Amino acid sequence: MSILIKNGRVIDPANKRNGIFDILIERGKITKVAENIDKEAGEIIDAKDKIVIPGLIDMHVHLREPGREDIETVASATRAALSGGITSLSCMPNTYPAIDNCSEMKRLRDITKKDAACFVFITGAITKERAGVEIVDMKAMKKEGAVALSDDGNAVQDGAVMREALKKAKENNILLISHCENKNISKNGVINEGMTATKLGLRGIPKKAEYEFVERDIKLAGKTGAKIHIAHVSAKESVEIIRRAKKEGILVTAEAAPQHFSLEESACETYDTRTKMNPPLRSAEDVKAIKEGLKDGTIDAIASDHAPHGKHEKEIEFDMAAFGIIGLETSLALSIINLVDKKIISWGRLIELMSVNPARILDLKHKGSLSDASDADITIIDPEKEWVYTRDSIRSKSKNSPFINRRFKGKVVGVIIGGKLEKVDCETI
Amino acid sequence: MVLTKSPYAKSRDKMAVKKPVVWTKKDLLGIEYLTKEEIELILDNAKSFKEVLGRPLRKVPTLRGKTVANLFYEPSTRTRTSFELAAKRLSADVVTMLKESSSIQKGETLIDTGKNLEALKIDIIVVRHSSSGAAVMLSRALNISVVNAGDGWHEHPTQALLDILTLKEKLGRIKGLSVSIIGDIAHSRVARSNIWGLTKLGANVTVCAPKKLIPAGIEKLGVNITTSVEEAIKKADAINILRMQFERDEKKAFPSRMEYFKTYGITEERLKKAKKNIIVMHPGPINRGVEMSAEVADGANSVILEQVTNGIAVRMAALYLVATAKKNK
Repeated sequence: MSILIKNGRVIDPANKRNGIFDILIERGKITKVAENIDKEAGEIIDAKDKIVIPGLIDMHVHLREPGREDIETVASATRAALSGGITSLSCMPNTYPAIDNCSEMKRLRDITKKDAACFVFITGAITKERAGVEIVDMKAMKKEGAVALSDDGNAVQDGAVMREALKKAKENNILLISHCENKNISKNGVINEGMTATKLGLRGIPKKAEYEFVERDIKLAGKTGAKIHIAHVSAKESVEIIRRAKKEGILVTAEAAPQHFSLEESACETYDTRTKMNPPLRSAEDVKAIKEGLKDGTIDAIASDHAPHGKHEKEIEFDMAAFGIIGLETSLALSIINLVDKKIISWGRLIELMSVNPARILDLKHKGSLSDASDADITIIDPEKEWVYTRDSIRSKSKNSPFINRRFKGKVVGVIIGGKLEKVDCETI
Repeated sequence: MVLTKSPYAKSRDKMAVKKPVVWTKKDLLGIEYLTKEEIELILDNAKSFKEVLGRPLRKVPTLRGKTVANLFYEPSTRTRTSFELAAKRLSADVVTMLKESSSIQKGETLIDTGKNLEALKIDIIVVRHSSSGAAVMLSRALNISVVNAGDGWHEHPTQALLDILTLKEKLGRIKGLSVSIIGDIAHSRVARSNIWGLTKLGANVTVCAPKKLIPAGIEKLGVNITTSVEEAIKKADAINILRMQFERDEKKAFPSRMEYFKTYGITEERLKKAKKNIIVMHPGPINRGVEMSAEVADGANSVILEQVTNGIAVRMAALYLVATAKKNK
């Protein structure tokens, strides 16, 4: 079946396109983008006053399946993704069991084939059981389809192991993603170290826990010639280290999560555990540095770090509550109101951060652009539509978001995925 | 006994043009959340209740028919007994739940325990917990009153109030006083509550501790910092000595009690360089020979036992005010 999207404002940075165009989709692929396509189509979408972009790609998502289907599943998370305009995501391996071998990869792929509403790519583990000791069979994992490897929240603590992993990653041409956290420094901290932590009487997590490992991993990547991707940058110093490394030509990329440029540590002051995450919310100067990094190209991508948790893991004492928040359904909206509307970045840059660059970093073929013969993954946004993110509207199985009841402007109204239209908000298109 | 001035009564006192303060909070969670006027209101009430404690029959019917639950997740003798006595002096019924002998031990969450107490028609929960923010969280989940009897390193409001009441009795005022808090500031809820209370009432507060025990950014709360105990004592009108909590000293700031005593212990020798009438306070329990010498603890400047008595008065005031809070609408 063919679809013709007419009169939309097409923003496609990969092809340097930003203007009113029509897009023709046939057999799941984009076949033509031009100023006035006059052709019969199975479905015609009038996208007047809408923004039409390559489908968003979220490279840091916790699906919780297998193991914690009580709080999230492939089915629920991928539907949440679609409503947030995300057509592809890469999931982290911190499941039960961890995705650290080919049979777990296969098993997860079988689940996603059956249940996923959007494209799911898999980030495997760097070490067995994410224990930081024995490196996985990278070659086999890559062959089985892993787009990257990461031990996620259990950053590889031993520098020698990390060095070895980077060497092997280079040999196998696979990307390592590092959640930078020196646990000897972060210890049992729960929020950013500083005045807020002091006031609240909570254990602090010094920024050094993050940037020391950013520095270590970048150095090791430089020495081994491997690629490294820094997950959820939260500290000003980390941004500076990455900026410097890029100038030196080290193959480093980085992502930031919307929460880290939308909220400051002061959000923790009511002991609301929905503000508890790792890395923690930082200070105003860190938020500023992240925005600067997103603007000047130091940070390449925006990723949600969607981390579902059950009520019984969140609605308890602050120091005992789980780290993390859900984010698939608010990632774009937060980026629009906090970056584009505040004139920090352009729409074009936003699409780079949320689609073009994640596709490039993870080397996803035919994604992240509206080029001819690309996969027809398209997100349609009404930039003027105001809406409220309500608890009842959440498609994720978990509801741990600090943004519930927040008012947004700019909403995903439709998603085309693999050439099929999924209406998110029917009244508008 | 008039405990609060009615907001409707016209004051004949020409000086009293100030709007009378009415207590509207269902909870007492921390001094941070109180205005200067609310702190003074508690202190004024405590003064009235202290008079009750001096009577031959130490009981008033103020909270007859109300029930107070002491919910203690951490061991405590002084604070728990003090709250229990305060409630009984007000004729309230008291039940006590300790961590070691209740469903808490069976894995029930704090909020579930709170909701059960609410369902049991308790009026006020007095909670002591090792997690900072526990009282705040509990109060948010419940409609009944919550009084914080110490949460983690966060706040211990009634302790600060009794410290301030004692100071006020001894020195007649708080404004302009120099008060030094000496000891493990990082892990101390007593320090935090005192800092909020004293600075709100206009005192100059200095915190004194080894560097590792001074938490990041504390100067932003409006206090001076020193690592020298001599410096802290020198110009102080009062010192509040904290217990060195070796069990919480994760940073191993001090290898031994002896060494702590040598560098930070308050001794008669050190007090010679202080103001002659310096007030010496300690929230208890005292470790003689660690944070202070036995001589200082029992000395003429020490008000430690008066603090204990004032604790009951302050807690009577706190229970009374939250139980009779005017709806803030």
